[in-house]
Amino acid sequence: MNIIVCIKQVPATTNVQIDDKTCTLKREGVESIINPFDEYAVEEGVRLKEKLGGKVTVISMGPPQAESALRETLSRGADEAVLVTDRAFAGADTLATSYTLAMAIRTVGQFDLIICGKQASDGDTAQVGPGIAEALDIAHVSYVRKIEQTTNKLDNPADNCMRVERMMEDGYDIVEVPLPALITVVKDINTPRLPSLKGMMAAKKAQIPHWNAEKINADKSRIGLSGSPTWVKKIFYPPPRKGGDMLSGEPQELAKKLVDKLRELKVI
Amino acid sequence: MPNKIEIIKGKCTGCGLCIKSCPFGAIMLVDRDEPLGKIKKIAVIDVLKCNFCGACVEACKKYGAIIIEKEQVEDTLKKIYADYKGVWVYAEQRNNEISPVVYELLNEGGVLAEKLKVELSAVFIGHNIEQSAQELIYHGANKVYVIDDILFKDFQDDPYSEILARLVKEEKPEIVLFGASNIGRSFASRVAAKIKAGLTADCTGLDICPDTKNLLQTRPAFGGNIMATILTPQHRPQMSTVRHKVFKKAQRDTSRKGEIVRKKFDLTGIKNRTKFIEFVRDTSARVNLAEADIIVSGGRGLGKPEGFKLIEEFAGVIGGAVGASRAAVDSGWIPYSHQVGQTGRTVAPKIYIACGISGQIQHLVGMVSSDIIVAINRDKEAPMMKIASFALEGDLYEVIPCIINELKSA
Repeated sequence: MNIIVCIKQVPATTNVQIDDKTCTLKREGVESIINPFDEYAVEEGVRLKEKLGGKVTVISMGPPQAESALRETLSRGADEAVLVTDRAFAGADTLATSYTLAMAIRTVGQFDLIICGKQASDGDTAQVGPGIAEALDIAHVSYVRKIEQTTNKLDNPADNCMRVERMMEDGYDIVEVPLPALITVVKDINTPRLPSLKGMMAAKKAQIPHWNAEKINADKSRIGLSGSPTWVKKIFYPPPRKGGDMLSGEPQELAKKLVDKLRELKVI
Repeated sequence: MPNKIEIIKGKCTGCGLCIKSCPFGAIMLVDRDEPLGKIKKIAVIDVLKCNFCGACVEACKKYGAIIIEKEQVEDTLKKIYADYKGVWVYAEQRNNEISPVVYELLNEGGVLAEKLKVELSAVFIGHNIEQSAQELIYHGANKVYVIDDILFKDFQDDPYSEILARLVKEEKPEIVLFGASNIGRSFASRVAAKIKAGLTADCTGLDICPDTKNLLQTRPAFGGNIMATILTPQHRPQMSTVRHKVFKKAQRDTSRKGEIVRKKFDLTGIKNRTKFIEFVRDTSARVNLAEADIIVSGGRGLGKPEGFKLIEEFAGVIGGAVGASRAAVDSGWIPYSHQVGQTGRTVAPKIYIACGISGQIQHLVGMVSSDIIVAINRDKEAPMMKIASFALEGDLYEVIPCIINELKSA
């Protein structure tokens, strides 16, 4: 089974600062990590490969330093990694990003399954996974919490499919999806492994190709700022949350104080 | 004529207002070759980064030091936009039950439609749903597009996105709003990619720019630590998914009149690749966190899985849903579907009651925009206690039963 996992490198903290001068986010000196949701995507890809055979290729779009995130996925069992990087990609919104990653996936070639994390912890949009699926004209299922079954026969690829559980607000849907397909996964799906020593050695030595816009045959009008219908007009801090009343006393007293206050506010 | 932007040397005061207004970080201040009186700095624009959006011209109104000349494309765009009219709300339903967020969207969509002086329409896709369409009119829709077919019995991304994309192409709305539910966020992305429209996720604020009539979409990013205002200035429609519980529900008024439009499409050949098998309801009660007005959450401080029995009882009495911190979920005390925080759900109920949750940043980002936060903790130095509207210092196993009694007593 050929699996492609898309990952994003994000700041290690969500507690980011705005640069007063440029009014953009301060990126310098902020440690970067693999988007937490993407770790589940990598792990699920590696598990499927271990069960069914095949290969896991990890792709990321980002600046050259995103290579370190890709290298880490190799230490956790992925086979190959590709960095899609070009200054022309800068300023991409979710539509341009989806298109760019889809073109990179086309360049990788044949695949059975694409796995993404449900969303990135910086943008929090959850839009790129379904966007890639649309750009590649394949089916997708978002918020997958479990892969129940995979049918992947080489002799009859038309029948290959997956049965997955899609998380909903009040339960889950069981959905069957034909391969090739794209799924986005939630934390519930697995517990990611730690890098192995052997993996780390291999990751250190691995060659990670850098692909630019030309290499992936991208249409210039559909990448970066020019391919992005949405623009960030401004960023700002939300009003800080102030503390309120510290109540102390006997449990009985505390309970009465709280319930009285909530009744006063007419919220219960 | 290509786009041109210019700084008038004699007018620039080096104040830097334009820098703050630029969404693309294309402007900086440099030293002037020759000072202009006391003014030593001047703004310069990097035309490679500039998108000619005009934000800086606006910011520099007082001094008028920036002039922009745009190619004719702008006018052509305006003509194209003129064809796109009206505000749409996607009326999400499952099993013929309209999702509560739809009524919130109808309320806010109505406000936007009023500002634009256009109609508010709802799009209702499903099977045997027509009898509920009237409800959407009672809640403010001037028009309801009903697409009813067995194909749409259960939600599936392929046929739902395909049909909505067709309807958008045909009817040309200027704004389309979706609830930021699992369904909304999944298939709106697909619709946007199909028609190459801009889509802004999980908005918490919407407004119309008085000058340009563009939709101003404000949303949290970085788990709520940063807010961003997003524009879709050169594309129509402008699409957003909107977070639950941010806007008030529209009032139901049975005297409201509206039009129900039954849309028929040729559905032969429409893609429907996924197969819906069944829905399995979460048997652990009180889980729909997105819709809950009150959430009672338990954390590591519960000390044992049985602690959630008390949390559930508390939630039952106060009429809330049950949430949990990552620590409680990772300990296996409660399923992941209850997890609030960075790797779980983001919630903003009227009351959030954190029981034995210390309040690590990863948890706080998922609930900090709740109206009222109640914290119950033995440690009054815990971060959650510092941000709580009401911080109760005490043993939760002693305090919660007293609260339950107090609630029952009235």
